[in-house]
Amino acid sequence: MKAPAFAYRRPDELAEALSLLADDGAQVLAGGQSLIASLNMRLSAPALLVDINRIGALRGIEDRADGIRIGALVRHVDVLHSPVIARQVPLLAMALPHVAHMAVRNRGTTCGSLALADPSAEMPALAVTLNAKIVLEKQGARRTVAARDFFQGLYQTDRQDDEMITEVIFPRAADDEVFGFAELARRHGDFATVGIAVRARRSGDTLENLDVVIFGSEATPLLSPATSALRIAADATAPMLADMAEAITATMEPMENHQGRADTKRKQAAVLLRRTFRDMQSRAFAGKGNGHD
Amino acid sequence: MTDLHSIAFMLNGKSVTADVDARLHLADFLRHTLHLTGTHIGCEHGVCGACNVLVDGRSTRSCLMLAVQVDGAHVETIEGLTASGQIADLQAAFTARNALQCGYCTPGVLATAAELLTGNKPTRDEIRDALSGNYCRCTGYHAIVDAIETVAGKRHGGAP
Ligand SMILES: Cc1cc2nc3c(=O)[nH]c(=O)nc-3n(C[C@H](O)[C@H](O)[C@H](O)COP(=O)(O)OP(=O)(O)OC[C@H]3O[C@@H](n4cnc5c(N)ncnc54)[C@H](O)[C@@H]3O)c2cc1C
Ligand code: FES
Ligand code: FES
Repeated sequence: MKAPAFAYRRPDELAEALSLLADDGAQVLAGGQSLIASLNMRLSAPALLVDINRIGALRGIEDRADGIRIGALVRHVDVLHSPVIARQVPLLAMALPHVAHMAVRNRGTTCGSLALADPSAEMPALAVTLNAKIVLEKQGARRTVAARDFFQGLYQTDRQDDEMITEVIFPRAADDEVFGFAELARRHGDFATVGIAVRARRSGDTLENLDVVIFGSEATPLLSPATSALRIAADATAPMLADMAEAITATMEPMENHQGRADTKRKQAAVLLRRTFRDMQSRAFAGKGNGHD
Repeated sequence: MTDLHSIAFMLNGKSVTADVDARLHLADFLRHTLHLTGTHIGCEHGVCGACNVLVDGRSTRSCLMLAVQVDGAHVETIEGLTASGQIADLQAAFTARNALQCGYCTPGVLATAAELLTGNKPTRDEIRDALSGNYCRCTGYHAIVDAIETVAGKRHGGAP
């Protein structure tokens, strides 16, 4: 199929883009890696595409006082190769190789991924895990929304039609933080069937303050409510980690779809969690002997 | 409704100007308007990689970019990559190793390989990873990986 007709504008300035977005039926065109596909399949019919690819102010990964800023024109490939991201937001660097394929990463953007809010996408899950802040701008107004409040349903967010995500700000990783990431996909680089992201703080011989996010299984990234009391001790055994994973995944309510039944996804998430906990444990306490091989 | 835009860009080393409708994607523009049919269309929604071309040196799905968006860019298709000789070694290796059968996926695979080989010498795993965005329904990929690995070895001056 071919895309329906639409009007197209490519402003150089943010202010002009925001004023164009004030019109009914106007939509941002960022990397186009989801939007143009949906146009080709006639799943969307915008009146006007506002191409933001020439707006210089939206470029750039910056190490700022309030965190690491990723502008709306930063592409997956830029994040993948950024030394700032590798050092300051290591969880992003761990997840990026799982995001799409080289050609798609060359154009697709971090902020576009947040705006789309695909339930199987990595960026929304990481923004929730790390408590990122999403900056939304429209003509004459700017607001910041916590990622944990931004994702509201299947492809639904707190963003209004006339608002653009101009940047997302990830907090800098602390020295005592340890991260984990894993996902299952049919083909490397495809959207995940189910995936998990974990952040923990290391205190002496334990990892605590766990934040666990499960994605791909429900309409929005699921920040597990049941983790505040959980700890990963340096000597926790494999069965103990498996029990923790079971307890966390018990709260899931996965969507059934062509990628699997609810209980299948719950089991898959438990396996990913168990492996990731073990991996985090061995990275955090390397050389300390952790109760298993 | 049409929304025509004038564009000027470099295509395979030559400058091109055209008036394009906003809704026209780059693959259709290349094939139908410019009659460069070496760029193939499989899925038209970003999954198969048959339509990959190089835009400013980077592999890009031409079905997921609008023709109007290449204004000011350098685009290279399989026709230009062939004519310039810059991937002649890859093409020879593909032939030698039988890395194509029907050939439908090959222009896109070569665009991916062309970008991959501009960087450091890739490992076999990195070659497989890069190819994860290109479907080939004939070869089973093994021969494609072999061919790219051979060229990577030769270009980096060592044994394959
Ligand atoms: C084969 C294939 C595999 C993929 N695999 C993955 C994967 O594994 N994981 C993954 O996360 N993604 C994957 N993607 C999607 C890819 O990452 C997209 O690029 C991304 O989801 C959307 O970013 P974009 O910049 O391309 O946005 P676009 O396609 O340009 O836009 C997507 C939507 O967001 C809106 N939008 C975009 N930017 C903004 C903004 N700044 N402000 C407001 N609205 C905005 C658009 O209006 C549109 O509705 C895949 C895509 C393909 C084709
Ligand atoms: S035709 Fe473009 S990716 Fe399949
Ligand atoms: S050679 Fe036939 S699809 Fe690859």
